[in-house]
Amino acid sequence: MPLWLIVSATMDAVSSVKLPVRQIYVSSSLWKKNLAAAGPQKFTQEFIDKQVEEFEVGKRHLANMMEEDPETFTQEDIDRSIAYLFPSGLFEKRARPFMKHPEEIFPKQTAIQWDAKGRPFHFLFYTGKQSYYSLLHDVYEKILAIERHQDKMRNKGLFTSDTKQILLTGSRWLLKEEIEENLVENISDQDYMRLIQLMEKLLSMPYCSLEKEFILKFRKQLEVQSSKYEIPALQYDPQGVAFSVADGRRKTAKASITLRDSGSGNITINGRNYLHYFPVLQNRVQLMFPLLFVGMMGRFDIEGSVEGSGHSAQAGALRLAISRALLSFVSEGEVEKMRQAGLLTADPRIRERKKP
Amino acid sequence: MAAGVLSGVRQVLRGPRLVSAVFSCHGQTLSSASAAVKSAPDTGENVRWDLMKPYLFGSRLDIDIIDLEQTAEHLQRALNFTAHVAYRSGIILFVSRRRQFSQLIETTARECGEYAHTRYWKGGLLTNAPIQYSPGVRLPDLIVFFSTLNNVFQQHVGIRDAAKMNIPTVGIVDSNCNPSLIAYPVPGNDDTPVAMEMYCRLFKMTINRAKDKRRGLTF
Repeated sequence: MPLWLIVSATMDAVSSVKLPVRQIYVSSSLWKKNLAAAGPQKFTQEFIDKQVEEFEVGKRHLANMMEEDPETFTQEDIDRSIAYLFPSGLFEKRARPFMKHPEEIFPKQTAIQWDAKGRPFHFLFYTGKQSYYSLLHDVYEKILAIERHQDKMRNKGLFTSDTKQILLTGSRWLLKEEIEENLVENISDQDYMRLIQLMEKLLSMPYCSLEKEFILKFRKQLEVQSSKYEIPALQYDPQGVAFSVADGRRKTAKASITLRDSGSGNITINGRNYLHYFPVLQNRVQLMFPLLFVGMMGRFDIEGSVEGSGHSAQAGALRLAISRALLSFVSEGEVEKMRQAGLLTADPRIRERKKP
Repeated sequence: MAAGVLSGVRQVLRGPRLVSAVFSCHGQTLSSASAAVKSAPDTGENVRWDLMKPYLFGSRLDIDIIDLEQTAEHLQRALNFTAHVAYRSGIILFVSRRRQFSQLIETTARECGEYAHTRYWKGGLLTNAPIQYSPGVRLPDLIVFFSTLNNVFQQHVGIRDAAKMNIPTVGIVDSNCNPSLIAYPVPGNDDTPVAMEMYCRLFKMTINRAKDKRRGLTF
């Protein structure tokens, strides 16, 4: 279970997520090199400035070589010119010659933290984790400000508990790695838990909506999972008959189905009756299974076209297409049942290559 | 210069607010009469240091009464030293491990342009500075302890480390603290918000005045 869920589960905050959630969306900061752990500066600022100067001069030379205007020479032009001047057949894109601004090549390091006299810039420098503790300081300052606001409202007699609440569904707290990336500092697990506890405390106050943007900076929107199954739109014939169109694939077979709500139960594939097209019983059963499962056997008229692969794969493709088309005629609970029955999952198995 | 900066201190210290602020009580906050006041035989920890005896009148109802005349002298000496350090652009670090006043002390430090450390003290911050921070770091020239104890009622590590690194210290010592390693101890209460706000106000005033003097403005 992710760390922030353990923290928020132990709090009695109203707005925390209580159900376990599988962490599907994880940001790239988990795999990126931890900048803060790179240690003290390996490259001095003068060295990097010199590199930037050389890059600018080289860019102008390159523009002159390519007979283009040096003033309006963008990074894309540079890439194009380098690919033209130094053609490389290497497969690994990162091994090919490139010319980029030094800021993209040399890793971002924390600059020297003090001025010429040696006095540090940040007032919490001597704690070691200045950005993190400064963040805690700011959050606590906001908590105190909201408490003062609350007292003011109470004194005026305008205190209400049903103020605007911040919508937290569909978002999660930033991970420890993401916060480390933002602060360019290493923080421990306990530090991270303390920060999340403070944010939960801020959220538990009635007037927390005053600090909405600040809190949302620490929440990451999760991908909308309800768009997993794109339900095809229900269209209507000139006669008023409802129909839906859907596609399906299996192995190399591509199928397209039109499901008409006419009420006869005919199935036509590639212009022929399904009895003629699929002499084997197993394939016909595959076609009928979605309708049988949902219990709408005699209701629909199916018109399908399929191409590619063999008869079994074509039947599988048609089955998937029928299930997808059915989504627009069926209720939410039924959709879940169909998903659990495996009707909506595309079969990923393909032919394996020949090995000696 | 000291007299000019600290002319207001004597009046402040004699004011009626100080009287309620400076009663000390073994590290307990005087919030209500029913608050548990531990006496020495019950808990082995809250034993009054004999070194603090010269600064106290004695104890009444398990609360130690500090001699305010001595406190005033010590405070004046400490503020004088702070003013001199600030005048010469020294780095001053405010340290306290009392979570009640952490926010107040950090705000005070920010407002007078100095530094604060009211968080967990990592081992080698002073003694292993080039590795903890970066090579070439400048250490504080004065450390002011608003409370010399940490959260388990033991002496703060910073006092010993500052002594090791030859950094002078100013500290508000309560009756359960050890004033021996501190260069400018100030016997006084470190528990109540009133007292803490007063100390913060005084230090901020001193430092700001000293810096203004340095910049050529005189009040």
